[in-house]
Amino acid sequence: MSMDTSSMNGKLLKVEDLRVWFELRRWGFGRAGYVRAVDGVNFTLEAGEAIGIVGESGCGKTTLMKTILGLNTPTDGSIWFQGQDLSDKGRRETRDYRAMVGFVQQDPYGALAPFMNVNRTLEEPLIVNGVRDRNVRKQRIHDVMKEVKMEPVEEFLPKFPHMLSGGQQQRIVIARSMILEPKLIVADEPVSMLDASVRVEILKLLRGLQDSHHLAVIYVTHDLSTVRYFSERIFVMYAAKLVEKATVDELLNNFMHPYTEALLAATSDPDAENALIMKDVPPGEPPSLIEPPPGCRFHPRCPKLIEGLCEVKEPPDFEPVPGHQVACWLYQ
Amino acid sequence: MTDASLLRVEDLNLYFRTTHGDVQAVDHVDLELNRTEAIVILGESGCGKTSLARAILRLLPRNVAKYEGKVHLGDTDVMTLSDEEFRRQVRWVKMSMVPQAAMNALNPVLRVGDQVAEPMMVHFAAKKQDALEQASTMFQRVGVPLGFLNRYAFELSGGMRQRIAIAMALTTVPSLVILDEPTSALDVLTQANIFNLLKRIKQEMEISYILITHDIATSSELANRVAVMYAGQIVEVDDASHFFANPRHPYAQKLLASVPRLRGDEEPEFISGKPPSLIGLGEGCRFAPRCPKRFDQCDQDPPMLTTGRRSVKCWLYA
Repeated sequence: MSMDTSSMNGKLLKVEDLRVWFELRRWGFGRAGYVRAVDGVNFTLEAGEAIGIVGESGCGKTTLMKTILGLNTPTDGSIWFQGQDLSDKGRRETRDYRAMVGFVQQDPYGALAPFMNVNRTLEEPLIVNGVRDRNVRKQRIHDVMKEVKMEPVEEFLPKFPHMLSGGQQQRIVIARSMILEPKLIVADEPVSMLDASVRVEILKLLRGLQDSHHLAVIYVTHDLSTVRYFSERIFVMYAAKLVEKATVDELLNNFMHPYTEALLAATSDPDAENALIMKDVPPGEPPSLIEPPPGCRFHPRCPKLIEGLCEVKEPPDFEPVPGHQVACWLYQ
Repeated sequence: MTDASLLRVEDLNLYFRTTHGDVQAVDHVDLELNRTEAIVILGESGCGKTSLARAILRLLPRNVAKYEGKVHLGDTDVMTLSDEEFRRQVRWVKMSMVPQAAMNALNPVLRVGDQVAEPMMVHFAAKKQDALEQASTMFQRVGVPLGFLNRYAFELSGGMRQRIAIAMALTTVPSLVILDEPTSALDVLTQANIFNLLKRIKQEMEISYILITHDIATSSELANRVAVMYAGQIVEVDDASHFFANPRHPYAQKLLASVPRLRGDEEPEFISGKPPSLIGLGEGCRFAPRCPKRFDQCDQDPPMLTTGRRSVKCWLYA
């Protein structure tokens, strides 16, 4: 089934009511239950747009990301890329799709094969995707190395990952994700393993590539303070659901969901005052995704709980301000 | 040494021997810490901050090439003690440590209660019963339900494991706890909870902290004093209230400018170049090759210039 491209309205990616559940190990007959890692996620992404998905570990952001990359099969719901449903694609089409989506991993050293030098690392995706001409491949590798500012190119090509610094390794990972000229880059905590001084450099590089190639970027992280500089919109994820979606300025200045509020309050800027005050943090920990709490999943920790409503009925997305969606009964 | 002073480190050196030459991980470090004060050691990976902690606590690997200097704890220079004396009198008695990635530092085959009780039994020859009692007091103090005493590490969340690692460091009631990246593997909310806990414990138990981290933003949660480390040396020490508002050393300035801020509009910057290798370091200021304010004098090693509570190792302030 191919959807009419015009109904996507220039949208590059559309995620509709996506659910990814993993079945627990079974003993004999019957079902032990599911881990509902992604449970009803909706959003659209325009070509050239950067979004940040912010959430704590175990909230399902990695599963969401992997499903978009085509590495997990959705249990329910669909993902549309350039007007086509991913689940309809055959093997060959899936391979073509993967060539249009680049992936930047979290730990660059773990993501690069230790026995491949830079040249081979970058050449392999080209070979796999049928670029037969050796000179074309060579030219493409040179171009992409220049784009990630690994110059002089000839000096770096024969090097192995262990000979590079963390920042340089991450540049190679980015170069590899860019080599097939994708339309979308998915970056999983691309700077969390790097030092403060290098972090900003890598983020600026990604931002620059996004602008010059009209790339869409999905930036998955737990760090709110870096997201704001490098994306247009922020989605906040909690316990397998997106609880708030808004543009960066709107989210930072007019946050609505109590969870977003807690996240923002817990994120500190360097300031000596911090040592003098206690932070207002909701108690407890994120719920299990096997048996999530009924109603709103944040209600056991929520300071603004509406009794008789929040723990009973799951909040749908409300849109109190155009373009700003929040799944919270406070805004019905 | 004044009454308030708890720890005084003078000219501490720790070099490691490798096949490529000696690694100058800790090089002529001076440090002073008062009672109930928290000092943050800030630096990028590989700058020697964990080695400094290990040098203070004498947790050394086998390939030590040079280990000398003075570490005064109260009135005694603990560097003059033999290894056995140090173990009996100092380590975990007067100072303890929450190791890096503490969540994974717990023994997987011991119940966490027994593990927290162990230091009391080893260092104070406490009976198991008494040690477990002390452990349960510590559990309450760090906010872990008492029912968890009989659990194993894998049954607990990261935040709970971190709290237990902290309980383990506190159980002998030391006067100094070294925290090595205590929250780097944790989520934002859990991190904030742990820092609240550390602040409360510091007041209740009158403990001093040495916090080792590369996370500048969260370091301000605990810091009374800040020491910036670069390539094995401390380049700036100052009160937190001055430092975060007005860092002096060009490296410290750049480092602070590289922090993306949630509130405020300054675009973060990055520091070009990379830190030098700690093997075969030459003369002169170690930051000079990356320094925007470099001038001729930087070819010579700058002295530590102290005015009041602030010290800077930079020719700009000579």
